[in-house]
Amino acid sequence: MPELYLAAAPYFGWDLVRVVQELFRYAFMQHAFEAGTMVAISAGVIGYFVVLRGLSFAAHALSHIGFAGATGAVLTGTAPIVGLLVFTMSAGAVMGALGQRLRGRDVTIGLVMAWSLGLGLLFTRLYKGSANLAIGILFGQIFGITSQDVALTFVAGAVTVLLVLAVYRPLLFATLDEEVAEAKGVPVRALSIAFMVVLAVAVSEAVQVVGVLLIFALIVAPAAIAERFTTRPSRGVLLAALLAVLFTWAGLTVAYYLPYPAGFFITTIAFWSYIVARLAAPTLTLPRRRGTEILARDEQARHSP
Amino acid sequence: MARSIAPAIVADGLAAAYGDQLIWRGASFTVNTGEFVAVLGPNGSGKSTLLRLLLGLLSPAAGRLEVLGTRPHRGNADIAYVPQRRNIDRDLPVRGRDFVHLGIDGSRWGIAVGNAASNNQRVDEAIRAVEAQAYADRPIGRLSGGEQQRLLLAQALAGRPRMLLLDEPLASLDLRNQIVIAELVAELARANRLTVLLIAHDINPLLPIVDRVLYVAHGGVAIGKPAEVITTEQLSRLYDAPIEVLHDSHGHMFVVGLEAESAHHDA
Repeated sequence: MPELYLAAAPYFGWDLVRVVQELFRYAFMQHAFEAGTMVAISAGVIGYFVVLRGLSFAAHALSHIGFAGATGAVLTGTAPIVGLLVFTMSAGAVMGALGQRLRGRDVTIGLVMAWSLGLGLLFTRLYKGSANLAIGILFGQIFGITSQDVALTFVAGAVTVLLVLAVYRPLLFATLDEEVAEAKGVPVRALSIAFMVVLAVAVSEAVQVVGVLLIFALIVAPAAIAERFTTRPSRGVLLAALLAVLFTWAGLTVAYYLPYPAGFFITTIAFWSYIVARLAAPTLTLPRRRGTEILARDEQARHSP
Repeated sequence: MARSIAPAIVADGLAAAYGDQLIWRGASFTVNTGEFVAVLGPNGSGKSTLLRLLLGLLSPAAGRLEVLGTRPHRGNADIAYVPQRRNIDRDLPVRGRDFVHLGIDGSRWGIAVGNAASNNQRVDEAIRAVEAQAYADRPIGRLSGGEQQRLLLAQALAGRPRMLLLDEPLASLDLRNQIVIAELVAELARANRLTVLLIAHDINPLLPIVDRVLYVAHGGVAIGKPAEVITTEQLSRLYDAPIEVLHDSHGHMFVVGLEAESAHHDA
């Protein structure tokens, strides 16, 4: 009987209950959905602030630094996630301490990023193991997640989301209006460091799902789309988390039926959603008073020297 | 309007410095509660530095400073601050209203739980006070300079302060808007009994509303009524250089001979 059962083609059709049953038939799929959902929520919530603070490139660089950490950990016989966390959190703390000075430093960030990839390459070669390990870290291995990984992901994801919520208002204040926030007693610098460390944890988690190279899809894309559709920060955070979860679920579902990697589908869905959002959003967020809009722009043009 | 006797700011032999670099010294002055003071002086003379001292973001290099009866300290809820604006990103996906809201609870930890209704009411009040109802719900980056300035004023007012510190709120506004915003600030200050220090480049839009002028230049500070401070003799002494003050038929004042000085201070 089990042979017959396995031999049957996976069900796909209009019976959604059966589709869901099909998707959750195997433990690896259950783990992928559990870990993927938690990672997506945390990536979406943190991603909103990443985009608002102009740190997209820094977040991307963090994941590459994590690659060196993960491969280095394997070389020394430690779990990759430990190396990921140590490297991304240290780099995050440094970036956070730089604060506003990090903006516009794309050459420096890019060089650190390239060197990190180079280090990772060296570590992979020294390990003499199979290249699969490096491929897994670079592109994610969502279908190889153990129940232990799921538990760890849940703890890390919950902690990151709770930490962001705990500093939500001062973080928003410091992000939008740093000078006033500082004068009002918000610990701007400490928040900047704390945020980058939390981001490092979120990045390390997301590496499991989409890998080092595809992290933009989960952290930046949902937030960038959300920011085109709402001008309310609280809704932006919720929408970003929701979109990240949807992208992940859709990517996992398609990848279950088709013989191609989940990372490809998740990034593809994220990319095309962003394109569609860019085309659709101008008419959605700015429907009113286009006339005054143009007037205001003209006025501003007159004022600027 | 009756003014209380207790001074809002007392400075005695005050000096400001960044590290080893002395900005100005020997500043002794008093600002009374409810007074509207324009802070003038060339670029780099230390006008913003004075505000940083009052906010507790910088410690005095020497002398004594008291603000609203206490020593300056960061996070003083009685002081509202509107810093000099760089341009707000046009695509910033945040409404003017959200900016105003930060003035009430932006420095509290966590997410907003409870009293949302009363806070929203306070936000509405502040927006009405600056007459920004028509555009408070639009993305703030898309508004004109004058509209943004009104909403930032509303943010400052929403915290119900006793003192308002404004750094160049009239910069990058056309003359008509400069006068409108200056009068709005004066009106709000009167209605809420606020003490105001307003940094400006040009005294003329402020002449009808200021009580006194605080002139920061050449490492020193002078305070008095505009007609007393902005004179050829006073400014020449303050700058230690020949400065001339001209008057036009409307009573406007023009300070001539500052260009070389301001270039020097900018360096």
